[in-house]
Amino acid sequence: MSNATLAVPPAPPQAPAKKWGDQAFKLITLLASLSIIVLIVALGYILYDSSKLSINKFGFGFITGTNWDSVAGIFGALPYIYGTLSSSLIGLLIAVPLSVATAAYLTDLAPVWLRQPVVSIIEMLAAVPSVIWGLWAILVMVPFLRDYIYPTMQKVLEPIPLIGQLFSGPIYGVGILSSGIILAVMIIPIITSVSREILRSVPNIQREAAYALGATRWEVTRIAVLSYAKRGLLGASVLGLGRALGETMAVTMVIGNKSDISASLFAPGYSLASVIANEFGDATTPMHQSALAELALVLLGVTLTVNIAAMLLVKTFTTKETRRVA
Amino acid sequence: MSTTSLLASSRQNNHLWRKIKNWLMVSSSIGSALLVILPLGLVLFYLVYKGAAAINLGFFTNVPAPPGDTDGGMANAIVGSFLLLGMAVLVGAPMGILGGIYLSEYGNEKLNGAIRFCADVLNGVPSIVWSIIVYEVLVVPMRGYSLLSGGIALGLMMIPLVLRTTEEVLVLVPNSYREAALALGIARWQIIVKIVVATAYKGIITAVLVAGARIAGETAPLLFTAFGNLNWCTGLNQPVAALPLQIYAYAISAYEDWHRQAWAGALVLIGFVFIINISVRFMTRERKA
Repeated sequence: MSNATLAVPPAPPQAPAKKWGDQAFKLITLLASLSIIVLIVALGYILYDSSKLSINKFGFGFITGTNWDSVAGIFGALPYIYGTLSSSLIGLLIAVPLSVATAAYLTDLAPVWLRQPVVSIIEMLAAVPSVIWGLWAILVMVPFLRDYIYPTMQKVLEPIPLIGQLFSGPIYGVGILSSGIILAVMIIPIITSVSREILRSVPNIQREAAYALGATRWEVTRIAVLSYAKRGLLGASVLGLGRALGETMAVTMVIGNKSDISASLFAPGYSLASVIANEFGDATTPMHQSALAELALVLLGVTLTVNIAAMLLVKTFTTKETRRVA
Repeated sequence: MSTTSLLASSRQNNHLWRKIKNWLMVSSSIGSALLVILPLGLVLFYLVYKGAAAINLGFFTNVPAPPGDTDGGMANAIVGSFLLLGMAVLVGAPMGILGGIYLSEYGNEKLNGAIRFCADVLNGVPSIVWSIIVYEVLVVPMRGYSLLSGGIALGLMMIPLVLRTTEEVLVLVPNSYREAALALGIARWQIIVKIVVATAYKGIITAVLVAGARIAGETAPLLFTAFGNLNWCTGLNQPVAALPLQIYAYAISAYEDWHRQAWAGALVLIGFVFIINISVRFMTRERKA
């Protein structure tokens, strides 16, 4: 109480010039950091504004329509939404087990001297530009899969009831499955590095407790580490999904660019991002441009929702950084 | 056989099974790690194997040629990429660094948390979306694709990247530096510029370089902004060639000659990206030591 009355002496008045400089500097930096929020709002607004024409004309039917005919002026996005979702899910299906296993290997199972080099290699993997993955995929990976892997897959898997359909039909090489595979390659680095950070933040006492019960290395990893980190790992995977959904160049180069919805994974498809990439430059009618902008709006909405969900999942898991309060 | 020995043998079997399972799972995790690394090895192998053969002096001095003419090069695309990158740095670096300074030195937790969150959200925006945005805002009013709009598209993508890393390196500057300077009666902004930023300048350069390396390989944001150009770019308001755009155009073409050029271009691009990344690693290692 007496402490409260013993007030801190008032700060000596600053020279006005100094104060002016301070405030100007603070304002400039504030504006720069607020640009982030302005950018997000602007992104949404500009896309909405440019797609108004198409939103007003097609309404919800835009999402469910299967016909995309720029000459007739009819635009339905379903084949593209299907292509984006199916290729991303295939990518995720391949990438998640590999990434989580690699992350577990790097945090718990690998010899210590090996960990940093492998982490560096995975960082390099993340630095390879999308267009280079696309180039390699279209000139090397796709021909290889088409000639050697897909025919065998078809022979083995097509007779199986229910899932056989997925592997039926002619094999072009390019298609949903191929783009799923290249997406897997591209999202593995991010899922692995986020998973690794999550596994590293699992308290060591978890591991020690499991070892004390006589668990083997794998049992420690499974019981004490992986199941403890479930939520965070889910977040890492969803983050990978967000990346896969928005990936443009590599997918455009290998998905086949055909707006069909086919049961077969070997069939060519089309994704939201690749339609935009292929058609936006040539779109001559305002309605066509507007429909493409609406595709971008849909894409933005989906990826942002997925990313935010992922960030929240990861955030609740990782240890809160102790930040200095300015 | 007595029941106790039976129990013991089953226990032993169980133990053996657990050991086998342990071995299996550890080896499959090694297998996963190898499988994850494999594509990088393959891509690098093909880039060197196919690209090195196609690189010659002409590749660096000539502009693209029609298929069949082996004299073509990507000189204009290489220069264009540097121009675009330079412009992106001019836009992205100041905004990102100043924003990062605000997050580290000023503000309250709530606003800063929101800005951080938005920056991470912005990092997840599909790159093709940036292309459309800049098209609507710049290309349409300027009535044409241009170097300016391409650079700005890349620059906008850089802002959140630079901002987040700048904040991270500034937070590492010990508080005692700031306190000592405050005690000397130096104005806050001068402390920030002359002491905090000066201490962390290597980290900030690193932040800009890493963001630049990320941006250098971007293709989608340039599709409807820089557009590409088969010749030299003659002004800020003219379309400009870029290495990733040229690789894309050649990769989806049907000509062997152009495929070879695409490999060569890709080798140059990835060399550039990796050199930045590796030199950054050396810089940060020095800083920590």
